Amino acid sequence: MVEIAPFAPFFVAAALALLLRGWPRGLLLVLLPLAGLANLWLLGEGSFGTWSVLDFQLLLFRADRLSLLFGYLFHVAALIAIIYSLHVRDTLQQVASLLYAGSALGAVFAGDLLTLFIFWELLALTSVFLVWARRSGRAYMAGLRYFTLHILSGLLLLGGIILHGQAHGSLAFGHMGLEQNGFAGVGSWMIFLAFGIKCAFPFVHNWLTDAYPESTPTGTVFLSAFTTKVAVYALARAYPGTELLVYIGATMACFPIFYAVIENDLRRVLAYSLINQLGFMVVGIGIGTSLAINGAVAHAFNDVIFKGLLFMSMGAVLKMTGRINGSELGGLYKTMPKTTVLCIIGAASISAFPLFSGFVSKSMVMSAAIGNGHDWVWLILLFASAGVFHHAGIKIPYFAFFAHDSGLRAEEPPVNMLLAMSIAAALCLAVGIYPQALYQLLPYETAYTPYDVTHVLTQLQLLFFSALAFVWLNLRRLYPPELPSVNLDVEWLYRRLLPEAARGLVAGVFRLDARLRGAALKGIGYLMETVAGHHKPDGIMARSWLTGSMAAGVVVLLGIYLALGFAA
Amino acid sequence: MRMNSEKQYFFDNPENIRVVLRIFYAICILLVSLDFVVHRHTEFRWEGLPGFYPVYGFVGCVILVFVAKWMRTFLMRPPDYYDRTELREDAARGGRGDG
Repeated sequence: MVEIAPFAPFFVAAALALLLRGWPRGLLLVLLPLAGLANLWLLGEGSFGTWSVLDFQLLLFRADRLSLLFGYLFHVAALIAIIYSLHVRDTLQQVASLLYAGSALGAVFAGDLLTLFIFWELLALTSVFLVWARRSGRAYMAGLRYFTLHILSGLLLLGGIILHGQAHGSLAFGHMGLEQNGFAGVGSWMIFLAFGIKCAFPFVHNWLTDAYPESTPTGTVFLSAFTTKVAVYALARAYPGTELLVYIGATMACFPIFYAVIENDLRRVLAYSLINQLGFMVVGIGIGTSLAINGAVAHAFNDVIFKGLLFMSMGAVLKMTGRINGSELGGLYKTMPKTTVLCIIGAASISAFPLFSGFVSKSMVMSAAIGNGHDWVWLILLFASAGVFHHAGIKIPYFAFFAHDSGLRAEEPPVNMLLAMSIAAALCLAVGIYPQALYQLLPYETAYTPYDVTHVLTQLQLLFFSALAFVWLNLRRLYPPELPSVNLDVEWLYRRLLPEAARGLVAGVFRLDARLRGAALKGIGYLMETVAGHHKPDGIMARSWLTGSMAAGVVVLLGIYLALGFAA
Repeated sequence: MRMNSEKQYFFDNPENIRVVLRIFYAICILLVSLDFVVHRHTEFRWEGLPGFYPVYGFVGCVILVFVAKWMRTFLMRPPDYYDRTELREDAARGGRGDG
C-alpha cells in the first residue's frame, strides 16, 4: 500500500484548484476531505516517512490516538467549512484555505519538532491570506499584526528546538514539561511560550480577537477550526500535567466573558468566547489525568463543531445583511428562521445544555478539576460556564435574531451555507445524544457517564438561572445596550502606546537633531563673525602698521636670535 | 419601520412574549423545587446546599454584567479609535474599503 501523509492531498488539491474553475473545482473541494478521511482511516496508528537532516532523525507521520482524533476532527471541519464556502468565487481564499487545512494536518502528525516547526510556520503563512481576503484596510492591518505575532511564535519555537536538540540530541516530539534545568529548560520554556501564543494565552490573545472578526464570512470558519486546536494538541502532547496551565486556563476561561458582554461586533464576541472555551481545554491539559486529557481533547473536538456553527451563522448574517454589529441587527428570525434555529443549536451546544455536545465534554474537565482538589478553579469554571451561556448562548442569538426589530429583512443564505450549518448542527446533537461515539476515539479508555440525574439537574439549574438573570436585567433595563465602540484590551499596548511612543521618540530625535544643527550653525556663524571682525576696519588684522613699530619688531627679533646664540 | 401590510410575526404579539416568559418562569421554579426532592450526589462542600446552582448562576451572571458595565467606563472608546491612526497609513498603501 502506498502511504500518503494526510497533508499531501490538501497541498496537491490546492495546486489543482488553481487550474480548475466552476463546478469541477467545487467537486474537487468536496471530495478532498472525504478522500482524506478514508486515507487516514486506512493509515490508522503507526508512523512512516523518516528523513534525516544533519544528525537528526525526522519523522513526517506519526499517529497515535491523540493525533488521530485531531486528524479526523480537522477533516470533518475542513469538509464543513468547504461546503459552507462553495459559493465563493475567490481563488485566493480557496487555495489558501486548502493549504491552511493541510498545514494543520501536517502539524498534528509531525513526529519531530522540526517538521512541526515547518507546518507551524505554514499555518501562519497560509491563514493570514484568509484575513487579507476581506480586502479591507482594517483586515490588511489586522492581518499584519496577526502575522507578526505568529512569526514571533515560530521564532520562539525554532529557538527552543535548537536548545532542546542540543541538550537531548534528539528532535522527537514528545513529553517535555517545564521542570528541566539549564539550556534544555530555557528551550522548553521557549517552546511553551510559542505554543502559548498560538493558543491565545492571556496577554498574547489579541491576535485572535483582532484578526478573526476581520476575515471574510467564510474565512473565519476555517480560522476558528485549526490554529488554536493545533496549539491545544501540541500542549497536550508536550506539557500534560503542567500545573501552571491550570491557572492559565482558568484565567482564559474567565476574563474574555467580561469583554464578550460589552463587545458589539458579534463575531468578535465569538472570538472572545473561543478563548473562553480554550480555557477549559488548557485547564484539562494542566490537570493531566486521563479523565482531564480526555475532557480537553473531547472539548476541542466539540468546540470546533459548535464554534464553527456559531461563526457560520454569524457569517450568514454578515453575508446577507452586510452588518455584524449587535447595535445594527435584530429581528432577523422573521426572514431567516432556518439560520436562527441552527444558530440556537450552536448556542445550546456551547452552553452545554444536556443533549447537546458541549455538555458531554465540558463536564469531564469540571469533574477532573474537582476530583483533583482544584476547588477554586472549579468555582471559576462554573462561573465561566454560566457566563458563556450568558454571552454566547443568549447574547448572540438574541441580538442578531430577536431583540428590537432592526427593520432588516434579509433572506436565508445560499443552500450550501445552510447545508454546512445543518451538518454541524447534526453533529452537535449526535455527539450530545450519543457521546460514546466520541468517547471511543479519545486517547484514554474512559468509563465516564455524563448523563446522571445530578449532573443534568444541576446544569439545567445553572443555565436556566443564568437565563433568568438575563431576562431580569433586560426587563429592568439594566442590561448594557449594544453600543458602537471599541473596547481597549492588551492590544492597546502595541496598537496605540507603542506607535505613539515610537512617534514621540522619532519626533524627539528630530527635535534634538534640529537643536544640535541650530547650535552648530550658530557656532560657525559666531566663529565667522569673530574672524571677520578682525579683518574689518579697526580690526586687528586690518590695522595699518607704523614703520617705527616695524623697526622695533625687527630689533626684538634680532635680540631673541642673539640670546639664542649665547644659549647655544 | 414596519408596514401595516407586513405579516405579524410570533414575537410581534406581546401576548406571545408573556406566554413564553411564563413558561420559562415555571421551569425555573420547577428546577429549584426538584432540589428538595431529588437526592444529588455532591463532591464539593457548598454543592450540597439547596439552591446552590441556581443562586450561583443567577448571582454570577448579575455580577458579570455589572462588572462588564463598569469596565465600559474606562475601556470604551469610539468605534474609529484605532482606525484614525491606522487606516491613514493604509490608505497611502492603496487599501480598499470594506467590501
